[in-house]
Amino acid sequence: MLISNLEIVPGRRIVKHLGLVQGSTVRSKHVGKDIMAGLKNIVGGELKGYTDLLKEARQEATDRMVQQAQGVGANAVLNVRFSTSSITQGAAEMLAYGTAVVLE
Amino acid sequence: MGEFLDLIVFLVLMVVGYVAGRIAERRHYRSILEREKQMAGVLVFSNRFPPLSGAGGQALVAGSVVVSEDYFKRVVSSLQSVFGGRLRAYESLLDRARREAVLRMKQEASEQGARMIVNVKFQTFSIPGRNPRSYGAVEVMAYGTALTAR
Repeated sequence: MLISNLEIVPGRRIVKHLGLVQGSTVRSKHVGKDIMAGLKNIVGGELKGYTDLLKEARQEATDRMVQQAQGVGANAVLNVRFSTSSITQGAAEMLAYGTAVVLE
Repeated sequence: MGEFLDLIVFLVLMVVGYVAGRIAERRHYRSILEREKQMAGVLVFSNRFPPLSGAGGQALVAGSVVVSEDYFKRVVSSLQSVFGGRLRAYESLLDRARREAVLRMKQEASEQGARMIVNVKFQTFSIPGRNPRSYGAVEVMAYGTALTAR
């Protein structure tokens, strides 16, 4: 499965458009990590725990999008975008979406 | 007595935040400059379309970082925001975060043997705190398509 945020694939032709596919996940912060982050808030800098948490969540959203794309018989997802929104305090939704296509 | 203790805690947090935050910022900038030199071979474009020549493989690459400001900056900024205008403390924080995100993206691209990243987008997300009193953090993410020459 080819995933790209370009609208075209250099050197390959798009045979069929299969429409929008998306994947999302909602994650909340771990209490332990939250306390560590609270301490880190005093000295500032990178909050590694959160970086990893969001990266992992984004990966899961992408995986779900890929699953959906496979379900409709695509072999590539183009023009992929990410979006993040906060649902309630301490939780965030990760969304990945793109256009499923069949490449020759 | 209680107020006095509060004041001491506040002052200690201010000093710790100032010293540790400053040291961390200087160290981070040094490391950013060094890695930017190392990664200068990977070119980053915001063009939507790749150059037509050399169509090889491609892969989505991303870099992200979550940062928070230190206690001193937070207090100073909240005072400054009474008058409005520039908040230097946050400017440098976001500058560092964004450059770090780009560096991580470049790192991922160069591990895959790519020399070029096109259609780069930035996304900034402010993570809310668990309760209104706790402070949140900011996530900065950069993503794009890494192109490998054939």
